[in-house]
Amino acid sequence: MAGKGVITPQKDRSDLIVRLQEAQQRYGYVPEEVIRALADSLNIPVHEVYGVASFYSFLSTRPLGRNVIRVCKSLPCYLKSAEMIMEAVQKELGIGLGETTPDGRFTFQLTNCIGLCDHAPAMLINQDTHVDLTPEKIKQILKSYQ
Amino acid sequence: MPQKRVVLKNCEVIDPKRIDSHLESGGFKALSKARGEMTPEQITNEVKASGLRGRGGAGFPCGIKWDGARTAPGANKYVICNADEGEVGTFKDRYILEKDPFTLIEGILIAGQAIGAKQGYIYLRAEYHYLLDHLQSAIDQAKQKGFLNGFSLEIREGVGAYICGEESALMDSIEGKRGEARYRPPFPTTSGLWGQPTIINNVETLMNIPPIILNGADWFSQMGTERSKGTKVFSVSGDVARPGVYEIVLGSPLRELVEELAMAKDVKMVQIGGATGRILPYDKLDTPLAFEAVLGAGAVTVYNESRDVIDIVHRTMEFLAEESCGKCTPCRQGTEVMAEVLDKFHKGEGSLKELQNLEALSSAMMLSSLCGLGQAAPNAVMDSLQYFRNDYESRVAK
Repeated sequence: MAGKGVITPQKDRSDLIVRLQEAQQRYGYVPEEVIRALADSLNIPVHEVYGVASFYSFLSTRPLGRNVIRVCKSLPCYLKSAEMIMEAVQKELGIGLGETTPDGRFTFQLTNCIGLCDHAPAMLINQDTHVDLTPEKIKQILKSYQ
Repeated sequence: MPQKRVVLKNCEVIDPKRIDSHLESGGFKALSKARGEMTPEQITNEVKASGLRGRGGAGFPCGIKWDGARTAPGANKYVICNADEGEVGTFKDRYILEKDPFTLIEGILIAGQAIGAKQGYIYLRAEYHYLLDHLQSAIDQAKQKGFLNGFSLEIREGVGAYICGEESALMDSIEGKRGEARYRPPFPTTSGLWGQPTIINNVETLMNIPPIILNGADWFSQMGTERSKGTKVFSVSGDVARPGVYEIVLGSPLRELVEELAMAKDVKMVQIGGATGRILPYDKLDTPLAFEAVLGAGAVTVYNESRDVIDIVHRTMEFLAEESCGKCTPCRQGTEVMAEVLDKFHKGEGSLKELQNLEALSSAMMLSSLCGLGQAAPNAVMDSLQYFRNDYESRVAK
């Protein structure tokens, strides 16, 4: 874990979320060391930094896989059989909801509306969008993420 | 009434990657007019006279909001563009950001001119990260052309929280905090971002500003109904043949959007305004789309005859329970309890007593929740109880 506390020192409180996003991007989650270091450098309590880090769904305080799959579960996607997409992902990867593959390649999550309802069902992998999904497309899409 | 393109005028017309393409079609003329020929007071008066109301769902008169911030004392004022489009079934702002980022930037700059702000933020939802570079490039191009003129416009990325579409939670998020709703008053126009006078407008609201400044308030207020002027951009999805983004004049009937434009068949009901929106059954399809009737942020989700009302309402409430920020008890607890009760009905294990509880709880939440999420959370429950009560009563455990 050496070096994980090294996030640009920043005195400005408003930059807390930006720093947390940087950590999420760099390590795939927000490690405890980063939370402590940020609390220290911004001079705010550790619990407050943790409170922010744990509030937002795109920040994680636990390690995630290298690629995070977020299948949309909101109504417009549900109407277009999103549940079949969820099943296809789980079958392909052999993991359940919220789990990470043993090789650390994928984490499978669900998400609320991602604003792609005109191309439902849809999902995000990391920051990429995948739309008009069918169970058949899943295998090919997952292949492109290492 | 056919589609009318005011907000979407440039979409699919200009090249959204090149500011020159936008300039060739008259871009930034409104900004020149606002800066060269109008005082800040004249700008806000024009917006007031247009009757433009906020397009993010709440429908607050835009000019009054601007005037509040313009006249409020404060050395540093802020303009925030709310691009945290998170309402279930809404994707119109995504379309606008993709197809015409320049008019949005122009609208933000005019807003800054009107209230005397030197700093603006676009709060872009995390789920739209793929639009970040595109939007930043549009800002950079506008800057290179000299349109920013000392105004600093910065994109702040959201981190995945529906509640941050609520204006006070959004400001807390920009300040680096948990996105929780604030107690009001004070209102953002006097005490917003970092306690300074702030206006916060939806993407679509700001898109309306350049055409209003250019063509005048009279031109704008000829469109629409008495209390709903202009057009509205709708996001239509669900059981329709043609899902997509449609712009029509306010006051047009829901039927036109759902059946004529999106080509829906066998409609059972429509949810207007997403998770916090209203539900109307098929026989109310002639309801006008206007602030006087139903509108919200323009999410229109269509359900056909095969759909189960209780399932839809239950899923709506599960969403709200997950997304409640948890700061106030009526919303945090109310949405959880409602989701549990609806789950029972979904499984055919409801009771008449619980139906009454749902109604009592709805009133309490509407009255006492801190922000729009909790206040509007019972809408789908109340509407479905009004129009589909039999569906509930038939799920009472025998």
